[in-house]
Amino acid sequence: MELYIHIPFCVKKCGYCDFLSFPAGGKLQAKYTEALIREIRSFSGMEQSVSSIYIGGGTPSLLPAEGIAEIMAAVGEAFSLEPDAEVSMEANPGTVQPGSLSVYRGAGVNRLSFGCQSADDGELKRLGRIHTFREFQESYAYAREAGFANINIDLMSGLPGQTEESWERTLSQIAEMQPEHISAYSLILEEGTPFYEKYHAVSGMIAEGEPDFRVRELEEERYHLKEEEQLPGEETERRMYERTEEILADCGFRRYEISNYAKSGKECRHNVGYWTGVPYLGLGLGASSYTGTLRFRNTDDIGKYLLAHTGSDSDGRLRTLFGGACGSEKETENILTADGREDPEFLGREDRMAEFMILGLRLVSGVRPEEFRRRFGQDVTEVYGGTIRKYKEAGLLREEDGRLFLTRRGLSLSNMIMAEFLL
Amino acid sequence: MSFIDQSKIRNFCIIAHIDHGKSTLADRIIEKTGLLTSREMQNQVLDNMDLERERGITIKAQACRTVYKAKDGEEYILNMIDTPGHVDFNYEVSRSLAACDGAVLVVDATQGVEAQTVGNVYLAMEHDLEIFPVLNKIDLPSAHPEEVKSEIEDVIGLDAEDAPEISAKTGQNVEDVLEAIVHKIPAPVGDIQAPLKALIFDSVYDSYKGVIISVRLREGTVKPGDRIRMMATGAEEEVVEVGYFGAGQMIPCDVLEAGMVGYITASIKNIKDTRVGDTVTNADRPCEERLPGYKKVQSMVYCGIYPADSAKYPELRDALEKLQLNDASLYFEPETSAALGFGFRCGFLGLLHLEIIQERLEREYNLDLVTTAPGVVYKIHKTSGEVMELTNPSNLPDPSEIEYMEEPMVKAEIMVTTEFVGPIMQLCQERRGEYQGMEYIETTRALLTYHIPLNEIIYDFFDALKSRSRGYASLDYEIIGYQRSELVRLDILVNKEPVDALSFIVFADSAYDRGRKMCEKLKEEIPRQLFDIPIQAAVGSKVIARETVKALRKDVLAKCYGGDISRKKKLLEKQKEGKKKMRQIGNVEIPKDAFLNVLKLDEN
Repeated sequence: MELYIHIPFCVKKCGYCDFLSFPAGGKLQAKYTEALIREIRSFSGMEQSVSSIYIGGGTPSLLPAEGIAEIMAAVGEAFSLEPDAEVSMEANPGTVQPGSLSVYRGAGVNRLSFGCQSADDGELKRLGRIHTFREFQESYAYAREAGFANINIDLMSGLPGQTEESWERTLSQIAEMQPEHISAYSLILEEGTPFYEKYHAVSGMIAEGEPDFRVRELEEERYHLKEEEQLPGEETERRMYERTEEILADCGFRRYEISNYAKSGKECRHNVGYWTGVPYLGLGLGASSYTGTLRFRNTDDIGKYLLAHTGSDSDGRLRTLFGGACGSEKETENILTADGREDPEFLGREDRMAEFMILGLRLVSGVRPEEFRRRFGQDVTEVYGGTIRKYKEAGLLREEDGRLFLTRRGLSLSNMIMAEFLL
Repeated sequence: MSFIDQSKIRNFCIIAHIDHGKSTLADRIIEKTGLLTSREMQNQVLDNMDLERERGITIKAQACRTVYKAKDGEEYILNMIDTPGHVDFNYEVSRSLAACDGAVLVVDATQGVEAQTVGNVYLAMEHDLEIFPVLNKIDLPSAHPEEVKSEIEDVIGLDAEDAPEISAKTGQNVEDVLEAIVHKIPAPVGDIQAPLKALIFDSVYDSYKGVIISVRLREGTVKPGDRIRMMATGAEEEVVEVGYFGAGQMIPCDVLEAGMVGYITASIKNIKDTRVGDTVTNADRPCEERLPGYKKVQSMVYCGIYPADSAKYPELRDALEKLQLNDASLYFEPETSAALGFGFRCGFLGLLHLEIIQERLEREYNLDLVTTAPGVVYKIHKTSGEVMELTNPSNLPDPSEIEYMEEPMVKAEIMVTTEFVGPIMQLCQERRGEYQGMEYIETTRALLTYHIPLNEIIYDFFDALKSRSRGYASLDYEIIGYQRSELVRLDILVNKEPVDALSFIVFADSAYDRGRKMCEKLKEEIPRQLFDIPIQAAVGSKVIARETVKALRKDVLAKCYGGDISRKKKLLEKQKEGKKKMRQIGNVEIPKDAFLNVLKLDEN
């Protein structure tokens, strides 16, 4: 199984961010760390070994490095870690120092993920990032010096004011630094964010398929956006998207998921776990867990979270859910709510089939029909024959060497296809 | 031998412009006459269909009998006959009026006389009804009863001096209305000994009792065991039960007599045998002639109705059959569309009637429907001398076979405040209206009369009228006949394939404009798909407008990690739901609503 550990703090919210994160003082951070450690300990004695850990945020590197060390120590005591376990941690440029980096290393973190986003300081500023590209380069160098041999860099395309040229510059500069892994996302306007407020009307217009020149005109005239604030039109955005794979391939990065690229063998094992149905336990505020037949999450109310994890440890009944023990849904719900967990989602056979397809098809290598048969005792064509045929004919799906996968165009249109895999 | 003294019966209706408070007053009358306690009162007791309550309009005419103890100490039987308020149901209004001896005219004291007020009063006068006005909503601060009274006297010519000033909402002065009903509306007259002569003013189908006909007895009596005959249709049956309508329920009695309003059941299975307006008589002792005014209801508006899921065709047929049992004015016959498969061509009294039926099918029978462009009945004069009535544009003969075509015309009367006369006249001209005249009802209000082709008003004329007059204009219309016209069929091609369900007949000079707008609208309605989709409008083989729905290039979630999965699945669920609302035409998916939405030409 996998562990996800959430650190919900950041220096300040970025305009596009809808993650569960917020600025907080040292006191709250300390109390949170304590509660988190209690939560970790409540799982002491779990049988399943842990194959990967991902410390995400927020900005985990905002905690005092010792905090991370304590958390990792608690994890080490409560769980049995596989010897080659991947332990990732997210870090923001400008929040790491040589000293803290070696503490992370010492605590067992063996993979860092930097939220760089862009090599253009103007773009970074408009995103609301707290760092410059220069500061990122510095942090990256520190990380290498501290001995991190597995580093991911997050990048974003389709940004306000971004041009094809600036995106290509970002890609080349990052690729030259030779990280092991690059996540290249296109900007998503999430509801409730300042970016959504500012741009959803424009993005709606872009989604209608208006030509770029017309989009530019309208952005100026109707929405009064200055050139550097304008969202790129669809044609530009699509060219950025296509160039991403080309440029990164030239530098030795292989695309293995819709937005993820890696040097050979450096695919993020933790994330691949999400897409292939490996159970995970979420620890910390708002973190989601998945047992294989059940998904639930922790409260996202910090007050409730702290309260739930003060005083005595819970009785550990939650552990049993991962052991394949299945009482009635009602009993399970009782266990969950008693331990402050929310939104239980029981996954029936059809849900699991759909997730197998939907998540698996995010991978460039797709899903293996043989694996589908092994898990569900039924042929994938028996369940999804019509849909598969339809999209094969349309050139969006392909089957080769025992794998069923989306073509490049299929990946771009994956929602449309995945929606049809829901049962 | 009579059970009830004719002089103690009052048969009346309430007439009003829409929203002037007719149904509310009916509720209060039922309440004040003590038939129901306040606690039992639901709002608008008379409108017992959910749909009616939601829309706030009355669809089917219904009657209600209440007992009122007047100030003179006598008990009177008040038969209140409810009438539909919309022009689509004018004929039913007229039949309801024919069942009454008098009418209560409700006028909103804040709004004054409106177009339908005038229209309904004239209709009531045609039936020689005794009419007295009532001013409603006097509890509102904006009420100006004195002005409205003089308006009633000036515009309609009714004496409004003693008009009760009431608030149906609060119940204030509703007794005055009841007293006025007793004293101003005449008691019915009619020979009880004469052969039965009764007017059918409503009929509904009940699965237990068969057809229930609502009647007003003019002469004679009817009781269980009598053989009755519908004089227009010739159908004969034995009476099973007679009775009268309480509020929302039927109360059987031994006999109905001249002057009374009530119902008859006779195990009639087919509602078509009991046409509203027909005369019921005794089969063994028939009266000599029918009551005047019966006419067969003509469908004015036609459209195709298809199940969204073609497997539901038999269910749609069952539902239509059941609705027709209660609504003889609904007409349907099977038809086939290349685009939509098996469905029905349905005829309606008007567009509102269409929408009501559509909603009832969807709501009461849980059907998902695709509705095609409503059209009118055109007369095609062929070169062969044959005249055909065209209700489905697909059946239009080859132009070489057509000598000329005719379309139905209406006389439209539009009441509008003077500041909007300009825009409304412009609207009428745009819709090919021929100006007939304008009368100033008072200094701020005018009545415009136009002759307009029916096909120009069935789509969105109401909406346009409301938007251009900020809601102040009202419309009344009646069919006046057919007129020769230059008409063509406009075809819409989606991805090069003609979609028959989108074809419609249009005035030749408007074809280009309509075609262009249809293409623009369809472009908005059809979501982007895997390939470019050309949308073309054509008359014959000539393409007159074109748009393209560009191929979808990006539909992807960039991020989906452990914490995102539930939320992203919900997004996909939504997308899947959206797909269900699509209809596959060739290899293009068209939203079901698009078939009607494209016809709603945007104002503004």
